[in-house]
Amino acid sequence: MKSDTAKTLRAFLIELVIYALLVVGYFFLVLHFLGEGLHRLEIQHRNTYAAVAILLIIGQAVVLESVTTLLLRLLRGRSE
Amino acid sequence: MFFPISGAHISPVYLVIVGFLIGILGGFFGVGGSFIAGPALRAVGLDWNFAVGTDLAHIVGKSVVAAKRHRALGNVDLRLGLIMALGTIGGAEVGAQLIQMLKRAGNVNLVVSIVSIAVYLSISTFMIWESRKTLKSQRRRSSKAKVKGLTAKKKDKSAFGHVSRAIQRLKIWPMIALPTSGVKGISLWVILLVAFVGGLFSGFLGGGAGYIRMPSMVYVLGIPTHLAVGTDLFEIIISASYGTLSHAVKGNVDILIALVMHTGAAIGAQIGAISTQYFAGPKIRLAFVPLPLIGAAIVIYTLVSGHKL
Repeated sequence: MKSDTAKTLRAFLIELVIYALLVVGYFFLVLHFLGEGLHRLEIQHRNTYAAVAILLIIGQAVVLESVTTLLLRLLRGRSE
Repeated sequence: MFFPISGAHISPVYLVIVGFLIGILGGFFGVGGSFIAGPALRAVGLDWNFAVGTDLAHIVGKSVVAAKRHRALGNVDLRLGLIMALGTIGGAEVGAQLIQMLKRAGNVNLVVSIVSIAVYLSISTFMIWESRKTLKSQRRRSSKAKVKGLTAKKKDKSAFGHVSRAIQRLKIWPMIALPTSGVKGISLWVILLVAFVGGLFSGFLGGGAGYIRMPSMVYVLGIPTHLAVGTDLFEIIISASYGTLSHAVKGNVDILIALVMHTGAAIGAQIGAISTQYFAGPKIRLAFVPLPLIGAAIVIYTLVSGHKL
């Protein structure tokens, strides 16, 4: 039981490190390119901006959930 | 990091940490966490209107992640969530109109503050009483079961269960069944009323009002706690999306801040959702108690100091 918990904890910590690297990359690449475009859209086409904003946050949620699930599955599978 | 839409300079690490903490709370308790996110965004200089709108956008993303995880654990009643979303949106609109009326009358801050303190304190007091009573009676039952050589069946009992059973017996047409939640029949109007009241407080006090909706799903509708948490999150996706669209059109959403916050919230929400599996319903309800108290403390601070957090 204790070794199971240790395995899960280790897998989770590795996942956190990989996830942190992905997030840092995401900040510098995606947000840097998106920033100006979204700002212009927000000023010029407010309704389109509203629709894009909701799609972006839902899209990111679905992608991140899949990434974390995949990472966890991969790491757990390897540690077993 | 500079966010051009709101014109704010905020550390992304701060946003990720705030998102992570709110994600854990949201995944575990089924709340949006706006009572923490709003002040946390205000604390780094974001304008109030942007704090409210951006927080809603971030809540949408976090709820998608947590609700997906809860759905995988079998904790989401889709039928109940969809019906509740209708009532919540209606209630939120009426709540927003009430705020406009009070603004015209010129006493909006005092009325909203007093109502919110009363609501927060009532919820916490009631939940302490109910969950402690339920835990005590469960301990008595399990010790009796041990004497008889039986194992106590792990069920989500509530000391207030007789009230929800009486409400389920009200035959007001149309009656609907919620098999996922284990409810054989309940009036559609009761569900809509509960959701409407939650939405009313959401529009009136701001935020998602999960601190009202989650307990009322358990105590009024008789939904098991784990399902109430998961279903509330699913319902929040719909109602917060509506709120985000409405605020974005008015120019109150900095989606870049929401996206950064959400990177932390995505992982926090999963941890919170998975953690619910290790706690029984009454323990989750008892742990819920400090959340409305934090909300009350923030409002009291605002009233006394004059600074809006």
